[in-house]
Amino acid sequence: MSKLRYALYTGCTARESTPELLKSTLAVAKKLDIELVLLDEASCCGASHLQDFDNFLSLVLNARNLCYAEKRGLDMVTICNTCQLNTAMTKERLDSDPALKAKVNEKLKEVGLEYKGTSNVRHFLYALIEDYGHENLRAKVVKPLSSLNIAPFYGCHNIRPSELHHHFNRTAENPYNPTSLDELIEALEGNSVDYAHKNKCCGFHVDLQAPKTSNMLTGNAIFDAMDNNADVMVTPCPLCHLNLDVKQKAAAKTVGRELPNPMPILHLPQLIGLALGCTPEELGLQHHVTEVPA
Amino acid sequence: MKVTLKVFRFNAETDYLPHYDTIEMEVDKKDVVLDVLNRIKWEHDGSFTYRRSCRHGICGSCAIKVNGRSTLACKERMVDMIELFGNELTLEPVSKKRVVKDMVVDKADFWKKYATVKPWLEAEIEEHPTMENIVSPQDAEKLEEADYCIQCGCCYYACPAVEVNEEYLGPAAFEKAYRFTADVRDHAKKERLEIVDILGQGVWDCVKCYECAEACPKHIDPIGKITKLHNQIFEEGVAKSNVATRHAVGFEKSIKKHGILDEGHLVAYSEGFGVLKHVPEALEMFKKGKIVMPWNMPKSKNLDEIKKLVEISSTVKF
Repeated sequence: MSKLRYALYTGCTARESTPELLKSTLAVAKKLDIELVLLDEASCCGASHLQDFDNFLSLVLNARNLCYAEKRGLDMVTICNTCQLNTAMTKERLDSDPALKAKVNEKLKEVGLEYKGTSNVRHFLYALIEDYGHENLRAKVVKPLSSLNIAPFYGCHNIRPSELHHHFNRTAENPYNPTSLDELIEALEGNSVDYAHKNKCCGFHVDLQAPKTSNMLTGNAIFDAMDNNADVMVTPCPLCHLNLDVKQKAAAKTVGRELPNPMPILHLPQLIGLALGCTPEELGLQHHVTEVPA
Repeated sequence: MKVTLKVFRFNAETDYLPHYDTIEMEVDKKDVVLDVLNRIKWEHDGSFTYRRSCRHGICGSCAIKVNGRSTLACKERMVDMIELFGNELTLEPVSKKRVVKDMVVDKADFWKKYATVKPWLEAEIEEHPTMENIVSPQDAEKLEEADYCIQCGCCYYACPAVEVNEEYLGPAAFEKAYRFTADVRDHAKKERLEIVDILGQGVWDCVKCYECAEACPKHIDPIGKITKLHNQIFEEGVAKSNVATRHAVGFEKSIKKHGILDEGHLVAYSEGFGVLKHVPEALEMFKKGKIVMPWNMPKSKNLDEIKKLVEISSTVKF
């Protein structure tokens, strides 16, 4: 297999409130000999909120981010479900609407850029599954996760809207019964936990304006995982992670249940990193609000 | 093909708890889910109850859930369900909380919220016109597919925000509101936007999960219409300064300053004085190295480009 190279769009969260995500992503890439070129020029994707205010501006900024992957001749990978949604949605809209693409390029031209549409964009999870492959990953496992019951929490924007997902990924993920994370957990020799909330919403996007809604959705997911004997939950999305990890106590309070033990929440690359033999420090486990037991 | 069906059974008048009947049957590749419902009633148990009428995906009566997926029974083919979920299928009503009997739910909540957005055209049209009221094809296009809604409730009962917030109007009502706010003949645009702008019931409580887009059997994309309502709220000057509107606007401010989002500033700007309630959580995050101080705030490379693009591409002011 020739060396895999991608342009990494880190998103903002990985550089601020979830530094452990960027750290563990880079650690895992190093272990797997995957080259990730950081897109330091990129701006925020607007997190699906900027588009509510100014849809066109959101398109222009996301198109600019894609330009920098195109300039490097690389496909883009994202490590946040919402970055993935916004970038993929922009790309899909521009690639299917030449008039809109021209309008966006008119703006980009002012700063010497042009959006062509030559780089694909996928979440790192799917790049890993589709390009690196389960078998190759399994071969790299040095610390099998066989003692762990792991509840995958998929996060909305990686699996819905499914039409968009299928446009960019070869994996035929079913949003009502997603399996990619379960399969990945099996490849790392862990036990994946099946539970009804694995494909549900964590409520992050209304954290500020509707905290009760957000806490209820987060709490429901954590308790469902707990009731199905999960030792740990894993998510490919840092926004889900913020809710599940940082808001865990508040969420339990809102749904009105006691948490007998805190539920550790791992980012996807942290889970992979553990199986590949990375140290807790390399994976930034010390950054979690809900402690991850050694 | 042989399928094993787990069928939800409950009679609100006589039962304390629901139960599931297990039924095995052969299905043909031309069968839709409604054929299976019919066969359950006609061949297995005459007391099985469900709504059905047109069998053409127009009346919106036969929405149920198959393995948790909102499904218009007369439109969805059994082969596709088997491909998605395998040969064991669970048939349930769209909302277990609101069951009257088996697949039949009380949709009073749905209709009440639907009525809130005034789902009719507000226009002064002469009672005895001498000419047609013509809407140009370009103007009709603005509705997108919004007038295809059949009020089946698939999106509404798939919405997690509806599930946990009784006030929330939900995707079907919003979709319908857009159907009229986008109609050039309508005179109640602002009034409708004010209704969907109210915190708690309005569009700001959408969790952006895309369950509605996935559930809609008519491919209307309700969340796409919710985004358009957000945009219209700003464009029409209906937006009030509150935590939700500032949360959307705050992104532009941050991006203009740093390229990337300043998370701390976004929370402070959105909340105003309300930011104080986040202090305990912020302290916990700070201890774990999850808060970047303003003087360490990273900036995107080539920030000048971003600033210029925000300046020249911005289409709305607030």
